[in-house]
Amino acid sequence: MAGWLIRRTLFAFATLWAISMLSFVVIQIPPGDYVTSYIAQLQSQGTIFTDVEAQALRDLYGLDQPVILQYFRWLGLMAQGNFGVSFEFNRPVLDVIGDRFLLTIVVSVAALLLTWIVALPIGIYSAVKQYSIGDYAFTFIGFIGLAIPGFLLALVLMYFGFVLFDANVGGLFSPEYAQADWSWHKFWDLMQHMPIPALALGLAGTAFLIRIMRANLLDELRKPYLVTARAKGLTNNRAVLKYPVRVALNPFVSIVPFVLRDIVGGSVIVSIVLSLPTLGPILLKSLIAQDSFLAGTIILLLGVITVVGTLISDILLVILDPRIKFEARGG
Amino acid sequence: MATLAAGKRRPLLRVHNLKTYFFPDEGTVRAVDGASFEVCAGQTLGIVGESGCGKSVTARSILRIVEHPGEIVEGEIRYLHRTDGREVELDLAQISADGPEMRQIRGGEIAMIFQEPMTSFSPVHPIGSQIVEAIRLHSPLGKREARERAADLLRQVGISRAEARLDEYAYQLSGGLRQRAMIAMALSAEPRVLIADEPTTALDVTTQAQILDLLRQLQTDLGMAIILITHNLGVVAEMCDTVVVMYLGRVVEEGSVDAIFHNPKHPYTRLLLQSIPSLYSEARVPLPTISGAIPHPYNRPEGCPFHDRCPQFMPGTCDRHVPELQALDERESDQLVSCFLYHEPTDERA
Amino acid sequence: MAEDHTTRTIESTVAVGGAREEERISVATQWQLTWWRFRKHKVANIAAIVLITYYVVVLFADFFAYADPNLPAAKRGLLPPQPIHLFDDDGWNPHVLAFEGSRDPETFERVYEILGDQPISVQFFAQGLEYEILGIIPWDRHLIGVSDDAGGALAQEHVSLLGTDIQGRDMWSRIVFATRISMTIGLIAVAISQILGIVIGGVSGYFGGLIDTVIQRIIEIVRSIPQIPLLMGIAAAVPKDWTIEQIYFAITILLALILWTELARVVRGRFLSLREEDFVMAAELAGASRMRIILRHMVPSFLSHIIAATTLAIPTIIISETSLSFLGLGLRPPAISWGVLLQQAQNIQTLALSPWLLLPALPVIVAILAFNFLGDGLRDAADPYGT
Repeated sequence: MAGWLIRRTLFAFATLWAISMLSFVVIQIPPGDYVTSYIAQLQSQGTIFTDVEAQALRDLYGLDQPVILQYFRWLGLMAQGNFGVSFEFNRPVLDVIGDRFLLTIVVSVAALLLTWIVALPIGIYSAVKQYSIGDYAFTFIGFIGLAIPGFLLALVLMYFGFVLFDANVGGLFSPEYAQADWSWHKFWDLMQHMPIPALALGLAGTAFLIRIMRANLLDELRKPYLVTARAKGLTNNRAVLKYPVRVALNPFVSIVPFVLRDIVGGSVIVSIVLSLPTLGPILLKSLIAQDSFLAGTIILLLGVITVVGTLISDILLVILDPRIKFEARGG
Repeated sequence: MATLAAGKRRPLLRVHNLKTYFFPDEGTVRAVDGASFEVCAGQTLGIVGESGCGKSVTARSILRIVEHPGEIVEGEIRYLHRTDGREVELDLAQISADGPEMRQIRGGEIAMIFQEPMTSFSPVHPIGSQIVEAIRLHSPLGKREARERAADLLRQVGISRAEARLDEYAYQLSGGLRQRAMIAMALSAEPRVLIADEPTTALDVTTQAQILDLLRQLQTDLGMAIILITHNLGVVAEMCDTVVVMYLGRVVEEGSVDAIFHNPKHPYTRLLLQSIPSLYSEARVPLPTISGAIPHPYNRPEGCPFHDRCPQFMPGTCDRHVPELQALDERESDQLVSCFLYHEPTDERA
Repeated sequence: MAEDHTTRTIESTVAVGGAREEERISVATQWQLTWWRFRKHKVANIAAIVLITYYVVVLFADFFAYADPNLPAAKRGLLPPQPIHLFDDDGWNPHVLAFEGSRDPETFERVYEILGDQPISVQFFAQGLEYEILGIIPWDRHLIGVSDDAGGALAQEHVSLLGTDIQGRDMWSRIVFATRISMTIGLIAVAISQILGIVIGGVSGYFGGLIDTVIQRIIEIVRSIPQIPLLMGIAAAVPKDWTIEQIYFAITILLALILWTELARVVRGRFLSLREEDFVMAAELAGASRMRIILRHMVPSFLSHIIAATTLAIPTIIISETSLSFLGLGLRPPAISWGVLLQQAQNIQTLALSPWLLLPALPVIVAILAFNFLGDGLRDAADPYGT
């Protein structure tokens, strides 16, 4: 088991490393170097920048050195907590990101929880009552759910919110809490704003998980151990819940990283549509303004969320499935 | 218990004219089509036949765990239910499949073991927890006592290091140990009838012999009735007191193990016996085989289900009338056969 | 018993009973079997017809559109949809009702009033703007047009079947032309990622060992990275002064680069399981060359799976393209794709007053649904032991 977890942790680091490379690529591709764009931006705002100051910045990021060294310098600076300066906002990148990182996690986890809470019972129902009217209905809704991209659903929800309730259903906070410090009231306000983003982000994942759960459970329902359990004298429902459902949970959990990945990715666009104060809107802004350190850092952070999520699901999986421990021990 | 049943010789379980059909969208499959037999305490009944002849469905019908779209459509499953120290005859075919009575009987009084011990245990629960569950379903024992009892059971079926094994998973045990653990689980409530569905098919030959020995030993100790379902006639000869031969859901012949092996009457039984390789058979002569194949379940032949493969087929009779299972003659009611070679058609079906 | 039952169901889905039928099946090629099974999958058949319709529109977009999709008309901004009435009091007479536009004196928004007494007759297969079919044959017929008694006027000045956008461009014609771009970008990107996936997955699966391990790790890493932010990051770097064709090409390559992993995984999986199959072993024993084994024996038996996996990958690409263009990072005007059209629906106030701006979402959803259903049907048909 320990061996397996070590392997998964190493893999997580490898993934993080790959993401950091890609993020660095995003920082690098805009034409011209960062400092030149930064100075141009500052000068357009009327700030005077001396050559000495510009050279100091170039030295800090190692811009005169080969690209590979620039990459390591960037990693080194981040390790010291220096994520660079956003010239679009004219503030350090970390300041710009602020609560947004946390809120991105909160929104993603809320969407993930929604997919689980909805998909699990429906998946079980659809498998146990295969080919029932309910099964057909859920399968149909599931297909529709898979076919509607999150941002379109968000648009439609916004439209109906506006037309039917004359309310802006976007955002994560009521105006009075938007700038307030964290408190229970603010948290409660956040939770009240959560259903629409969670729905827009979670629908596709829910539909996907329902299909996975249904297919897995259908396989497991044919396994002899269910007959054994019934032959012991368990009622059919208890036998199904205790054994096949339990076994079918494993693939269900192992698929979660991919659902989380899509939720985190989708949150960027959905947040833009619903104007959620997450990383998404500032990523778009920074990309359009070619504010490279901000954009690179955000892409890296979004990657971190999925990598950590994957690691957590790996740990859950070991607890759920004893076969993994055994495989790891046996080699 | 053994003395009680042996003294009265009243059958513990009588199956009469059992019909279990499956109703998938494509048509009806008559998996069991009028099976009748009985078994007494301390006795072993063998049910033999080719795969698809309805042996397993018969067993599942007795336990009322036939899967959708299968249904018992006719017949009786009379069982002597032990309740409050008295014995009451119950028709298992009539009571609710998931009701309290049936659940008390299932696993409690009639237990079952299966062909594939690997897949018959949950892969994600320790063996112990699965046995403890079976114990606690049918007794008021607490968790700890149930665990002790589970360890005792493992010892009883000859598993060493019983305590440690309780925490292991099915895939950590060898095939033989797994089947022993499966038997231990079936014994957890001291059942009166044990249905063993191909218990040795998935095991190698030495392990087979050990498991069969264990079953015999347990039967002597506990006085259980055993229904042994197998396609292996060697196992039947070794284990059984009486034998039921099934073909396409119907019992074609029934009798004591001696009668079936030494004096088979039904052409199908004879052919089955001839197809066993023997030390005495001539070298380099192909074994006789039964011509043709088992018909497609949707295309059952009219009349006697075996007629199109039968070497003694009588046109006009076998393909037009359905034979009934009848005693061979008046005096000897031991051997029953369902074949027009031994009695005239009685039904009016044409 | 459960096993028996499944086999039986499969036999019976192929065909129920009948010796002649059995013989027909036993001599059928794998392609025929797949085709027969596919024909039984009603929803997939409908999906196939829907997709064929889409591609007919792609090929003959000029015919289906009646207006120049990029021609702004200041006086026709945000016109509501104008349904075609097929009958009037005298019977068959397809027509639309004219609008009269004016500016609201308070809000300065354009408001339109239906003129019930001014029907504009509509003709099918009518003459209109000149164009070239498939870029070769000059023609001037369109699916709909305005009849001659409207003074020979062009349809785009009188009809707005699905309304107009903010700049007064005809939504119907824009959706038709957007279909051309959105439906082809998916196909081309999938073709490229397909080649990558087959080569890489095939190498990984056939050779195994260290190569396989390395490729698998890379695939695993690529698959665990959220795609949309990365796509956005790279797409944002596409220079502003590139032509439509250059951007189209760049976005296509970009989508393909992100999506090859899924196909590589499918191909590798099939390769691994096929390597163990008896018929591959038999071919090896018979002395067939490695190339021959791959091309003659292995590829045909998983081609159908590849086609199914491809079909299922197209929706992802369509969604990605739509998302990128919606954000302004993918295709940019004057290119027209579904995502570009949906950009105008971003403003909730505008959307509330002109909900038809959301109409381009419909072809997106229908196309994704159709590809999913078709892919599912193909996959089931390709797999004789699937459920």
